[in-house]
Amino acid sequence: MIEASGLTKRYGKTLAVDNLSFTAQSGRVTGFLGPNGAGKSTTMRMVLGLDTPTAGDVRIDGKHYRDLKDPLRTVGALLDAKWVHPNRSARAHLAWLARSNRIPAKRVDEVLELVGLTGVAGKNAGGFSLGMSQRLGIAGALLGDPKVLLFDEPVNGLDPEGILWIRKFMHRLADEGRTVFVSSHLLSEMALTAQELVVIGRGKLIAQTSTEEFVAMATEASVRVRSPQLDQLRSALGRDGVSIRDEGDSLVVTGIDAAAIGDLAAAASIALHELSPQRGSLEEAFMQLTGDSVEYHTDIANDTAALLATGSVAR
Amino acid sequence: MTLLAVERMKLFTTRSPWWCTALALALTVGFAALMAATANDTVPLTVAATQFGFQFGLVVVMVMAALAVTTEYRFGTIRASFLATPNRTSVLLAKTTVVALLGAVVGEVAAFASWGVGKLIRPEADLALQTAYEWRAVAGVGLVYLFAAVLAVGVGALIRQSAGAISILLIWTFLVEGLVLLIPRVGDDINRWLPFNMANMFITGDPDPSNRDVAFGPPPADAGLAPWPALAYFGGVAVIILVIALVVTKRRDA
Repeated sequence: MIEASGLTKRYGKTLAVDNLSFTAQSGRVTGFLGPNGAGKSTTMRMVLGLDTPTAGDVRIDGKHYRDLKDPLRTVGALLDAKWVHPNRSARAHLAWLARSNRIPAKRVDEVLELVGLTGVAGKNAGGFSLGMSQRLGIAGALLGDPKVLLFDEPVNGLDPEGILWIRKFMHRLADEGRTVFVSSHLLSEMALTAQELVVIGRGKLIAQTSTEEFVAMATEASVRVRSPQLDQLRSALGRDGVSIRDEGDSLVVTGIDAAAIGDLAAAASIALHELSPQRGSLEEAFMQLTGDSVEYHTDIANDTAALLATGSVAR
Repeated sequence: MTLLAVERMKLFTTRSPWWCTALALALTVGFAALMAATANDTVPLTVAATQFGFQFGLVVVMVMAALAVTTEYRFGTIRASFLATPNRTSVLLAKTTVVALLGAVVGEVAAFASWGVGKLIRPEADLALQTAYEWRAVAGVGLVYLFAAVLAVGVGALIRQSAGAISILLIWTFLVEGLVLLIPRVGDDINRWLPFNMANMFITGDPDPSNRDVAFGPPPADAGLAPWPALAYFGGVAVIILVIALVVTKRRDA
């Protein structure tokens, strides 16, 4: 289990992580979600004792990382797949890691087998593709058979096959009762990978919930209604908490579910031609939630509109 | 012991220590061969002359030692090291020990190989190791390389970038310690207390007065201490730099 309380990291004037508290439970894949630059990597580095927090505290199973004896046996981490000497073979890289934590040398071959790198174990890591480097990084994380695993953007730049492999791998690790804490900036990916979510924006906690709840909360639950009697329908629906938007020959209604709309229409004898619940895309929902907290904001829609309005677009 | 083994594995599973060792040996032994081949009756080959190349080997050993740290930062393996062993001081001390021992071995092999090459090319020359000075001139090279490696590891850990660390080491040894002499009035006095001049003093200084002409070898250093205190001074400077590096590394974000 990972517990952070009031975690804060300040670089000069920039507050990279701001009073962040969360927990990641064992036996679950916990997604650590936020836009680029939200402070995910900084937080992970603080969990692992690489960076010192300006304030606050983070513990792994009740202990600070630096107080763990042979830490690779408790915590496995993949922060950057490129943290390997390019002229060192995959096996040599894992061999020194294993030795440093008194892990038997035969475990090196086991983890190489596990991630499917046995065939290239003697090859220099510098020649590895991103997918292979990622697998080597995971092999390193698994070396000490740890109870807690941290992965920073593990699917970044991977092909679909690699993404699927990592996703299944994480589920397997969590099913074995381990704590899996994995960061990403893609909600669609996390929706498939994680059971729990810790969502941050600009270093601040936005939400910690189950993925299901978050997706439900995040996606706008609207209902599209078509009817030849739109005006009557509009007045029948007009009540507190319900908002109605015109979209061509239909209405998009939020704040009331499809069944209730159907009942209201029947009671008022209004014919309905369509009554369909809509779900917004996850990415839209995520942007909606973290939109105000993206650090390097490019408001494309507004900028474009402003440019067009003033006619200053270069031709 | 585990950490020493780990650092040994890390060092010898990359190529730079092998290349640097080969280069250091080639330079020192090469110069000894050159000195032996060009020796004649008026400029006879001496023990000191066989060690003419030790300064070049010294620079190569320092580059190797600095690279042992800076490449870890360059490739991010330092973070993997600190994840595996959160006690950063232990990691760096183990690395320093391994690198310094390699430096010492390279120094001894280079010095005795240089001396041996001299004997091989000029069997008639008097290259017997008899006086304290002659022993220091040959066997002392390893000790100087050892402390130079400690110093270079410290500089590497402080600077963290290969180019920066190596530049500082080269500029210091080749430029600063030479150009100080050009400062009017105080230049000589400052030079007498500079660390690499002290290291030089240990190898070349205070020759046995009953012995052969010291001009037939590296010019004797003019330093403020006798040879053994001079070595202690050089070692002290190296250790101070290493301690600063240890403190800074411990406090800094990795």
